[in-house]
Amino acid sequence: MRSDAILTSEGLGPRDVFQTSGRGYRILLIAIVACGLLGLYPFQRSIDQQLAATSGPRDQLLFIPSQALFARLSGGYSGLLATLYWTRTVQYYGRLRLAHAQSFPLLGPLLDITTSLDPHLLIAYRFGSIFLAEKPPDGAGNPGRAIHLLERGIVSNPEYWPLWEDLGFVYYWDLKDYAHAARAFQTGSERPGALPWMRTLAASVSAKGGEFETSRILWTEIGRTAGNDSIRLSAELHLAALDTQQALHELDALLAEYRAKQGHDAHSWQDLVTAGFLREIPHDLSGEPFVIKPDRQAGLSPKSQIQMNLLN
Amino acid sequence: MPAVEIDGLTKDYRVGFWKTRTKRALNSLQLQVEPGEVFGLLGPNGAGKTTTLKILFRLVFPTSGTARILGRRLDDVAVHYSVGYLPEHPYFYDHLTMEELLHYAGRLFGLGKDDLRRRVGRILEQVGLAEFRDLPLRRASKGMVQRAGIAQALINDPAVVFLDEPMTGLDPIGRREVRDLILQLREEKKTVFFSTHILSDAETLCDRVAILNRGHLQGCGELREILSLGVSTTEVILENPGDGVLEDLRPLVVSLIRTGDRVRLEIADEENIEKTLAIALRARVKVAALNPVKVSLEDYFLAKISETEPETAAPAEVHPK
Amino acid sequence: MGRVLTIALGAFRESVRERVLYSLIVFAFLMIGAAILLGSISVGVERLVLVNLGLAAISVFGLLIAIFIGIGLVSKEIERRTVYNILSKPVTRAEFILGKYAGLVLTLLVNTAIMTVGFYVALAIQKRGLGLQDFSLLTAVYFILLELAIVVGVAIFFSCISTSILSAVFTFCIFVIGNFSSDIRGFGQESGSVALQKVTGALYYVLPNFSDFNVINQVAHGVRIPSLLITANTCYALLYITILLSAAVLIFEQREFK
Repeated sequence: MRSDAILTSEGLGPRDVFQTSGRGYRILLIAIVACGLLGLYPFQRSIDQQLAATSGPRDQLLFIPSQALFARLSGGYSGLLATLYWTRTVQYYGRLRLAHAQSFPLLGPLLDITTSLDPHLLIAYRFGSIFLAEKPPDGAGNPGRAIHLLERGIVSNPEYWPLWEDLGFVYYWDLKDYAHAARAFQTGSERPGALPWMRTLAASVSAKGGEFETSRILWTEIGRTAGNDSIRLSAELHLAALDTQQALHELDALLAEYRAKQGHDAHSWQDLVTAGFLREIPHDLSGEPFVIKPDRQAGLSPKSQIQMNLLN
Repeated sequence: MPAVEIDGLTKDYRVGFWKTRTKRALNSLQLQVEPGEVFGLLGPNGAGKTTTLKILFRLVFPTSGTARILGRRLDDVAVHYSVGYLPEHPYFYDHLTMEELLHYAGRLFGLGKDDLRRRVGRILEQVGLAEFRDLPLRRASKGMVQRAGIAQALINDPAVVFLDEPMTGLDPIGRREVRDLILQLREEKKTVFFSTHILSDAETLCDRVAILNRGHLQGCGELREILSLGVSTTEVILENPGDGVLEDLRPLVVSLIRTGDRVRLEIADEENIEKTLAIALRARVKVAALNPVKVSLEDYFLAKISETEPETAAPAEVHPK
Repeated sequence: MGRVLTIALGAFRESVRERVLYSLIVFAFLMIGAAILLGSISVGVERLVLVNLGLAAISVFGLLIAIFIGIGLVSKEIERRTVYNILSKPVTRAEFILGKYAGLVLTLLVNTAIMTVGFYVALAIQKRGLGLQDFSLLTAVYFILLELAIVVGVAIFFSCISTSILSAVFTFCIFVIGNFSSDIRGFGQESGSVALQKVTGALYYVLPNFSDFNVINQVAHGVRIPSLLITANTCYALLYITILLSAAVLIFEQREFK
């Protein structure tokens, strides 16, 4: 019988079995895992570069032909996906804005996907419309799309008055369409819970669209009711710009008056102070002195922090 | 060289939800199985039989102690070329047929196609599954699965066969067949190491047995030796003894049981038997039977189990041959 | 090697005999059929819809197979105790893991091949013929396969630690997280906390980055995939699989079967 031979000899079958016990073997495996994890880094870097080179495919991944279909496909998790997409939107906007990009091609589609996934994600309409409407490099410079977004939001959330406020804003600031703006403020003011100043706003916009007082009311109210630091900051910047614009108008009037009275142009503010038109050299809100431009108009110092372009 | 050498194997399982407590399944087991013998590992459920076999196949790792099969360390996987294993309550890929299962097992041993075909045919014959070779395991009865399990343990013509409870789940005919199979393996000079809680199987098959209870070795050796360790008694059955007679007998007997007209007496030593018989004769009581009481494995078992509680257990008695 | 192959073929045979595999394939073909229908009602973008949905179907069904068969590979063997029969043969635990892994990858390969053929048939029916540029879609299929091979690795890794059901949950979580790992890093960068940035940065590199393998949209629009990306993704997948299998073996070596 074969078994006797097996018992007495070394012939325990082929000797091709790799020894897989003991510490050495375990250390080898641990080393493979550790080195492997470190080795992932260069490959991931290379892949990131490759993907970035093919015109940002990561962003193109977001392209989905039908938002409604996507919402269906997401099953019961559309709310979760909506918040994820909202985060992606904010990151996309933030990244391009930091890079001073002049266009935000995917902003609109991203917002559409987000709001299709969750039509009640109000923040997406409110911020999204600002991102879309602002001029580059602060936004996509596409107020038409912003209005479209807000109108969709209003359809889904008819009782939520701030969307009307935002709509009025886009009409007022970005399109200078005071009639539509007034109508939006008016409709919004009729929604439950609307703040009383919406009505004032509607009246003043329809009466004196584009005027300083109206604009100032708008931004003051926005700053006062802002629930968010960045909106409050934006309101403050707009107010500063408005006030500066007002100051420039007044300084221009003084320069004209000086010219009429003295018979020649003022060369510096000191001239106006000496002549008693001003008590001191005028400074803007950021603390920089105003300048007199070569065309003899009042202007801002190059060092000034005031962002006059907000008003254009 | 012993076929199996177990040296102080101890296994503690971690139990409880947080795995903080330990339960000792095996307590420094010491065993040696010689080549060519049929060795039975006996014990009630939970005695540590399956744990012992699992340690031998590295399915669990011992807390302490070592073991060798055919002189090889357990972590030397090459030793598996020369052994076969039937797990307890075996379960196989149920999408395979009997024949496919054996082919699969054989290929793991690197057996060639023709060789394998010959072996599979022979082994199916041997375990009585030849006509069921195309039966998928999912449709096989428990007994057939058991036999398929034995077949796959034999596919490599092993020198040592480990069978964990090979008789469970079999009908009387199936048990008979497995017994015959084990005897046939002994004929072939293979070493068979099997565990069972069925004493009669051990009595008919084993050259030597080891008795395990709650992880402790209670005894090891030839069955005859183990059984003779127990004190033998004699049974005397009397018909219609008078109360007076019984009063006389009471000091002489170990036990006295009355069933109807008969009284069964159990008497420990020769001298008392003679005295008993004398008393019975004098009183003209009919002696219906006089039998030596053979200590069965079962009695031995029960005695051992009741005398040892695991925590206070004395070191296991080892009875060398 | 022979033993690994035997185990791999055994695993392949098992999954072929599982009816769930066929139903998934049938379901995938239904999806492709639906794509043809959808394409015929979406004017101008028929091919785009068909490519997007067809490739998505291949990827989703491959994923389902990878997770639901993958998690059973090891944990089911342990739960049913079939593993005893294998490990009592001259098979090391590493060979067992490798064999099981190879078997499922083979299953996925065959499954993906069948679905890809179905997909090209659908494409040919719709376009009344196939052009050379249609075969650039195979890059996307190849990437899907790489991705699935990693998912199987993840599944087998968890399968060595945990029960079938928990492994499925864990694997699915890793899949979802791995698809959003760039977002995780994004969160860290937005947070402004240096510690959080470091942690999310490390996670970005350590977690499998599944979105790297998604080029369905690029190929759908005919964007050429640079060969360097193909190489980098291949190396990345191979390395990741090596890590997962080594870790799985490491754990499995110490696993007891009670």
